[in-house]
This record gives sequence, C-alpha cells and structure tokens, in this order.
Amino acid sequence: MAKKPLEFTLNGSPAAVFVEGGDNLLETLRRGVGDLTPKYGCGQGTCGTCTVLINGEPHLSCLTLAETVAGQSIETAASLADGPNLHPLQQNFMEGFAAQCGFCSPGMLMAAKSLLDKNPNPTREDVVEAISGNICRCTGYEAIIDAILKSADQRRAV
Amino acid sequence: MSSIEFRKELFADERDDTLKEIGKPTIRQDILGHVTGRSPFYDDHLFDGLLHMRCVRSTHHHARIRNVDVSEAERMPGVKRIIQGKDVPLNLNTLLSLINFGRDDEALLQDKKVSYVGEPIVAIIAETELIARRACQKVRVDYEPLPHVLDPEEALKPNAPVVNEVYPNNTFDYHDLYDHQKLRFGDVAKGFAEADKVIEAKYQLSPIEQAPTETCGAIAAPEQNDRFVCYTGTQALFFSLGTTAKLLEMPSSKLHFVGGTVGGGFGGKVDSLHEPLAVLGAKLTGAPVKFCFDRQEEMQVGAPRGAERWIIKDGVMNDGRIVARELTGIFDAGAYSRLSPYAIVKATGHLPGPYTIPNVASNVYCVYTNRTPATAMRGFGITAVDFSIECHMDRVATELGINPIELRIINSYRDGDMKAHRRLAKNTALIECCQVAAEKAGVRLAPHLQAQSSLQGGGPGRIEILETVTDDAGKIGERRQREVPLNPSGVMGNGKVAAGKGGEQIYGAPPQVSDMLPEPERTGYKGPAIQPASQPIAPSTPVQPLQAPVSERQFTPMQPAARVAQPHPAIPTPPPISQAADTTPAPAGVRRAGVSRFLSGPRRR
Repeated sequence: MAKKPLEFTLNGSPAAVFVEGGDNLLETLRRGVGDLTPKYGCGQGTCGTCTVLINGEPHLSCLTLAETVAGQSIETAASLADGPNLHPLQQNFMEGFAAQCGFCSPGMLMAAKSLLDKNPNPTREDVVEAISGNICRCTGYEAIIDAILKSADQRRAV
Repeated sequence: MSSIEFRKELFADERDDTLKEIGKPTIRQDILGHVTGRSPFYDDHLFDGLLHMRCVRSTHHHARIRNVDVSEAERMPGVKRIIQGKDVPLNLNTLLSLINFGRDDEALLQDKKVSYVGEPIVAIIAETELIARRACQKVRVDYEPLPHVLDPEEALKPNAPVVNEVYPNNTFDYHDLYDHQKLRFGDVAKGFAEADKVIEAKYQLSPIEQAPTETCGAIAAPEQNDRFVCYTGTQALFFSLGTTAKLLEMPSSKLHFVGGTVGGGFGGKVDSLHEPLAVLGAKLTGAPVKFCFDRQEEMQVGAPRGAERWIIKDGVMNDGRIVARELTGIFDAGAYSRLSPYAIVKATGHLPGPYTIPNVASNVYCVYTNRTPATAMRGFGITAVDFSIECHMDRVATELGINPIELRIINSYRDGDMKAHRRLAKNTALIECCQVAAEKAGVRLAPHLQAQSSLQGGGPGRIEILETVTDDAGKIGERRQREVPLNPSGVMGNGKVAAGKGGEQIYGAPPQVSDMLPEPERTGYKGPAIQPASQPIAPSTPVQPLQAPVSERQFTPMQPAARVAQPHPAIPTPPPISQAADTTPAPAGVRRAGVSRFLSGPRRR
C-alpha cells in the first residue's frame, strides 16, 4: 500500500510522518513520530489509555484513522509539563496517589485536562462522567477523582 | 501490646520501626514517570525494523492435531518466519520446574494435542501486525476433536477424558504419592461423633481474569556480544529468564532481560509465555520481534484466577465451639499446571482459617480440565477458601443462634496455639479485630468476650500436637541424606543446616491417622518398590517417628524439655523415588471406584 505524507500539530509543534491507509493514530504517534505517552490497552476503544486531545476534544487514538488528523492540533500527556514544572493535574495525581502502575495515567490526565479546560467548576459527577471512558485497574478511581477536583479548586483559587 | 517481631538488624540504618504510616500521604518513588507518561513500559522501547509475532490458536477445547499446513501463509509477502513446536529446542515445560516442583506438562507451541481453546500452535513473524494476523488466518490446522471436560468434578470421574497425559488421573500428584494435598490434625471422625450439630455446605468461586490495562507482552532483539535483550512486562523477570533459557536450551548468560515496569499485573503476568517465543523469534530472524496478547487474547487465553469449589463440614457444640472441621477443595487448574498446585499448598497451609479447631481434615484436589490454565492472582490459594470459611462461619452462627462476631471470638486462634499445619500461631489479632468490628457495627459484646485477648489463653494444653521442626532460620530443615557427617557446628558438608537448633536432630510427630499412608500406585506413579498399601511404608515427608511406630492416637506429645540433641541417629534414607518418575510422563494411572473422600486410598465418588 502506498504511503502518504501526513502533517499535523503535535503538542504545539509541527509534525510530519508517512502513513498507510488504515493506520491508526495511536501507532502513528508512538512508532511514527515517537511520542510514547499514549498507550495501547485494548485497541478497541474500551480502556481509554490511548486518549489524546484533538483540537481540545478527547479522542481514542486507537480508533482514530491517522489520515483524519491532517492539519489538526493534537495534544498528548507529553504536553502537560512545562519543562521540569508539572501541570497541576500531574502534581495532584502524584501527591494524591492517583496512579499505581501508571499505565492509565496518560489517558486519564488528558480526559481530565479536557474537562477542566471546558468546565472550571466540575462537580464530582462531572468528573466521573469525564473519566468514564478510562479504565483504571489499580486505584479504584477515588484518588483520581479527588486529584481532579483538587486541581479544579486550585485553578479557581488562583 | 505489640508482640510483632521484626528483623530489625537488617534495616536498622534505613528506617525506624514506628510504622505509623496509615492515613499519611506517601509519594511513590516511580510516580513522576507515571504522571509524565515517561515510565518505560516494555512497549516503549523502539527498534528499527521491528517484526511482529502472532499465534495460530486452538479453536477446540480438546483435539488431536492431525496436520498443520502453513504453506499458504509461508508464501505471503511480508511473512518472515513461521515457528512450530519442532522449532522449539525443548518444547515442554512447567513453570515451577525451576524450583523442582511438578513435571513438565506444557508445550510452548503445541504440536500433538490441544487441550484448551486458545492454546498456541503456530507462531508467525511478519513485517507488520496486520500481515501476521492475515497469515495466521491462512494456516490450516486439521483437528481430530476429542471429548472434553469443563467441570473439575466431572474431570474426577473415572471415565472422564484425560486432559493432560502427564497427569493421567486429571489431578496433580502431590509428593508423587497422593492425588490431592492432604492435611490431618486430630481426628475429625471423633469430633463429629462428639458434636451437637454437624453443618455442611458447598461454596464456589468463579474464575477471574486479572485484566491488566497493559496486555502481556515482550520485545526481544539480538544484542551485541551474541546476546539477546528482552524487554518485558512480566511480573516474574527471573522466572521468565530461567524459563527462556530452559526452553531455548540457551545459557542464561546470553539473555539480557529488562523489566520491572508493569502496566498492571495482579498475578496475570507470571506465566513466562511471551519471552521465550519473542527471544526464539529474534534468534531465528536476527531481528527485533514483538510478541504480545491483544485484548481478546488477554481475556480469553491469559491465565485467570482458577475456579474453586469448597465443601466444608463443621462439627459444632451448642455453645459455639467448633470441634471438627473437614474440608474438600477442588481447584480447576485448567489444562496445565502453571501455579495451581502451588496455590493448593498455600490453601492447605491456611486451613482451617484463623481458628483453633482441635480436629481438622482436608483433601484438596488440583484438577485438570479443558479450560484456560489458571495462574496467580492476588492471594490465590487463600481467597476462595477464606471466602468459603467465612461464609460458613456465618452459616454456623445462624444455625446456632449466636452472633457471628461472638462465634469468631469463641473459636479464634491465639498466640501459642498449634495450627493444623503444625506451626505455632504468632502475632494473632483476630479477637481484637472482632472487638473493633463489633464496636464499629454497634454490636454489644458480652463482658467476658470484650475481655478476651489473642495474647492470653492460647498455647500448650489447648491442642496437644507437636510443632513441625524448623531450623534456625525458621525453615523446615534440610533432611536429605548427607554424605559428610555433621561437623561440631551442626553445618552439614553441603553447607546446609539440619533441622533443629544448632544442627541437632529433632523429630516431628508421626502420622496420626492411618489414612496418611500413601498409595502410590493410584496416581500413575511407577517408581520401583511399591509396597502393599496395607503395610506402612516410609513416608516421603521429613516426619519420622520418634520411637518405634506409635499406634494411632496413643502418641504422647514430646515436652519441650525432651527436645534435646539425640546422638546423631542415621538420617533416614529417602524412599526410593525413581528419577524417571520426575522426568517421564506417567502412564495411565489406575482408577478405582471410591468410597469416601477422606480415606487416602480410593478417590471420592
């Protein structure tokens, strides 16, 4: 199958890669441009660990055809920290024990970021709804929900 | 209040012993990598020219493989290599063979007979995962379906299909002598005769998939210096390394395994299925090879926590004392051993739960069925029997009209009590837990129950059975025949220390119950010198009579003062267990119709 060039914006910088028809965005990000933060957990859109933001909206990159993101802006967990300075969500996940094995964290953080960017005042139910597509097998979710709510509180206080 | 003993000297410089950590936030040492997405999971290592491996898997529960035709797959563009059983240097293994437990019973790639749906038959390495998947669809496997058995109790019946030829009775052979793991303590028959009530019930736990978010997998690649590097998500890095070295007949010094970052495991990543095939693929192609489960394989083929069934029969007095407990455990191991036989040893060591019961008997069967092999998962071996025991405690409480918390306090073990596996109970706290639980639940305990303590009332006199002899390190000592006499320090010529303090000879209790005597012919065991079951034969366990054979229940417990060094009697010669029994599959075992599941000989039902 012929390879086609694909250009998009990844975490604010231009990115270009060759893809084949049928390639998914997850593998294109991981093995094509080398951003390993989104993870493969199921390949069928059920676990959410491959979640990335496309123009600010959370998407499952394992079910997204790579060609469809031409010219779009993609954000992954690699964009969260500013150099050595962690994003408040990352800081609160860290302090609140909201990650154990860490495999769901990149997707969970992106789902949370999308929520807080759109809704600075989320209720607990809003948070549960926002991460309902992300499976965590270690923590039991409570610590994650608390960390997201704490991040929202801190953002309001600033 | 604290009677907990710590090995303080080992960590004296590293921490204090306050251990007041509950309720305080703690930051994991690896969490920075997790929240930045930089933790190096096995699939986060990039290789040029990575090849992908997929497996052709059995579509039958149980079928002989007549023929495998890979010719069409071989011709597909992008297919690099097809691996079959004949390409695996040593295509038979059992996980715990690395610690000399169990016989090799499972092929890495099956080429004779599949015994569960999803069993791997052919591995195909291709340039892309998609090509590998398509090539797998082109492989033609000619099956001759065989009758299958999916329920462990059905598998115990004499006419059941033989799932695993290495264990022809469909049960793991414990100590090469028993088709079950046995526990005897006191005399349950006497206990039931004395009891006011006998309460029996059956409990069951379904298989549970660990379902880690990261599926099992490994990437292997040729390294410089004629070595192979293997990045893996395993929970058992050195088991995987040892298993790979064994199956590929390769010195482990040629293997460079990198792991430790695991995307959730919960026990499901200990089976060492991916590393040997990935390394073999890298060896045969000279290129990096990735082999992983997809999500469907993780759920269907990945080994779950095995199903268990427990039958518990308690003899109880009207005042709440449990005087006898008899347990039958039936583990569904699936088609191959993996870790199930070990789980049963754990379960048996746990019986009869955290209670002091004077008469306990248990037979636990590790049963092979045509289901996905079971393996580790969070407390496996204990979880199901604990669930069953605690459900049964509630049932007993209801039948006796006693508060369930009170029933537990009445029967709770205490420091110094002898447990059924003949180790003294230490650091017990069930009574205190019950008292706190009662308070939190608003249950008012009678003053005499509120006054109970785990530290008081236990110990000698409650149950008159000897402790298992252990060495200075707290382990059951080395009892193999030594070649060099003990030197004065008690250290054997081989550097191992005999059981007993300072190497002195100390003997445990003799078998208390006649049904402890083995009947080796039943399990397919074909070692030499099988003696008639009517005559006592030397037990294979370290336990030896103190004096000439003591008849049943006339045995008097040895007082601690009597535990003095004996003038080095000859170490008992181990029973003649043939090497062949360990390495060659046993022929079909002799099945006999059973009468009672609590007699050692005939199988139940």
